[in-house]
Amino acid sequence: MQLLQVLIGGISQGCIYGLIALGFVLIYKATEAVNFAQGELMMLGAFCGLGFSTALGLPYWAVLPCSVLAMGIFGFLTEALVLRPILGQPAFALIMVTIGVGYVARGLITMIPGIGTETHVFEAPFHDEVITLGPLVIGMEQAVIIGASFLLCGGLFALFRYTRVGVAMQAISQNQLAAYYMGIPVKRLNSLVWAISAGMAAVAGVLLAPVTFVHANMGFIGLKAFPAAVIGGFESLPGAIVGGLIIGIVEALAGFYLPEGFKDVAPYVVVLAMLMIRPHGLFGTSMRKRV
Amino acid sequence: MPDPLLTLANVESAYGPVRAIRGVSLSVPPASIVAVLGANGAGKTTILKTISGIIDPQKGSVHFKGEAIHGMDPAGIVRRGLCHVPEGREVFPMLSVLDNLMMGAYTRTDRDGVRRDLEQVFGYFPILKERAKQQAGLLSGGQQQMLAISRAIMGQPELMLLDEPSLGLSPKLTREIFDIVVRINRERGTTLLLVEQNAAIALEVADYGYVLEVGRIVMEDTCERLREKEDIREFYLGMKDAGARGERRWKRKKTWR
Ligand SMILES: Nc1ncnc2c1ncn2[C@@H]1O[C@H](COP(=O)(O)OP(=O)(O)OP(=O)(O)O)[C@@H](O)[C@H]1O
Ligand SMILES: [Mg+2]
Repeated sequence: MQLLQVLIGGISQGCIYGLIALGFVLIYKATEAVNFAQGELMMLGAFCGLGFSTALGLPYWAVLPCSVLAMGIFGFLTEALVLRPILGQPAFALIMVTIGVGYVARGLITMIPGIGTETHVFEAPFHDEVITLGPLVIGMEQAVIIGASFLLCGGLFALFRYTRVGVAMQAISQNQLAAYYMGIPVKRLNSLVWAISAGMAAVAGVLLAPVTFVHANMGFIGLKAFPAAVIGGFESLPGAIVGGLIIGIVEALAGFYLPEGFKDVAPYVVVLAMLMIRPHGLFGTSMRKRV
Repeated sequence: MPDPLLTLANVESAYGPVRAIRGVSLSVPPASIVAVLGANGAGKTTILKTISGIIDPQKGSVHFKGEAIHGMDPAGIVRRGLCHVPEGREVFPMLSVLDNLMMGAYTRTDRDGVRRDLEQVFGYFPILKERAKQQAGLLSGGQQQMLAISRAIMGQPELMLLDEPSLGLSPKLTREIFDIVVRINRERGTTLLLVEQNAAIALEVADYGYVLEVGRIVMEDTCERLREKEDIREFYLGMKDAGARGERRWKRKKTWR
């Protein structure tokens, strides 16, 4: 039973990794750039949430959509103003720019006097509630993380499968030139992909904030979401979620059964093992477009 | 003569330092089929890419329905009624055949019209209806060519650019596809600008033809008359034996300028 308890903790942490990993994958599929600022987007999202709730006094449930919207706009503009001008440069340049965006984001936050360098408590209204299932006790915060992640993934799946814009985003990632030929507004949709990724990072940030507090360095969690994306194959949306769950669960188990310190190494051990067994990741395909 | 639907005047395009086409002028009358012939690397694809806005010309102008479209972005040009069937099909390999077709209609908002065009496309190519749910990447090369043409029809173009539809197809399938291409022109009234290496079939279906050599247009005439010209018969239709070909070619070429 204790094992189950640990597993649930791992799953809820894994959902957070999964949400951030989804952001990595979305942007990679659309623009072939790895966005190393994804963790920082989450951090900004959490600070957004903090601002909405303390400065504006909004309730937690209103903070979530407001932060998503704010970060969505931020993501859209970042793509349009910072990344698009260097499109067509080697992928290396794009990656450097995203790293730069991450540093700037962290720097700007720490420059806010009195707020940026502090660690903030961001309490959810349900923070000491629990769900009791027989002998199992699940913290409401964890339950909300798991529930919200699943809803979000469902929404994302529906977007890509059933909407015109979603199918067009897939089309762009499969054959960008052909998408131009079809008159699909490739640039605008790429900005939209950034907006979605940033919005998801905001969800992750606002959900995680009650658990870990809000501080300028919380974006480093991106370093663990990255292996999650790699495990999933880096091109697969379900893969990102599964990868996130695997990392979360492995971490929780390592923290519980193994000596201190192993917890932080475990995700990378898993990635290395995975890359040796399946170089394309769990859900990755080696199928390329036909010649 | 009605006003041409498309006019190119002195168009020059380059890839970095490589000048691919120089001073190309051509015009396409409404409801006609116009062919551009030329060897590998002559610049045929470059002309079409310049028209559909994938690359911007360095000099010259492109007018479509009386409006200058050079320098416009591709989406705007598609919305004005000009669709491009690219060389090598370029389907979306992991989308279903149906989704591929719907992407062709991305710029349209008239649902009824889209449904009607979908039915018509399935009428032209029944195999696409059979495979509607299948991934496009799993179609054969010929079926992908049918899909690429159909996808362009879904954009409801007034002018369709076709880049080597016969590429890699058997003579029989080439014939079938060209039969449909002609039907599209007759039944839908779609104007076609066609680029081909297969000069025989292009000259057969087209009304007017241009011959492109190393980036320049060296000859133009009705296809009827082009078919009779000795140079064309020799170099594009392969109707003379290969004898002293190299030398002959050199001399002939002068007479084209
Ligand atoms: N992306 C590119 N970068 C640099 N040069 C290019 C590029 N694409 C084409 N070229 C050059 O431009 C010239 C014209 O190419 P184009 O593709 O228009 O020829 P084409 O007539 O379509 O030939 P083919 O029948 O082989 O398709 C060629 O010399 C080619 O090498
Ligand atoms: Mg070509």
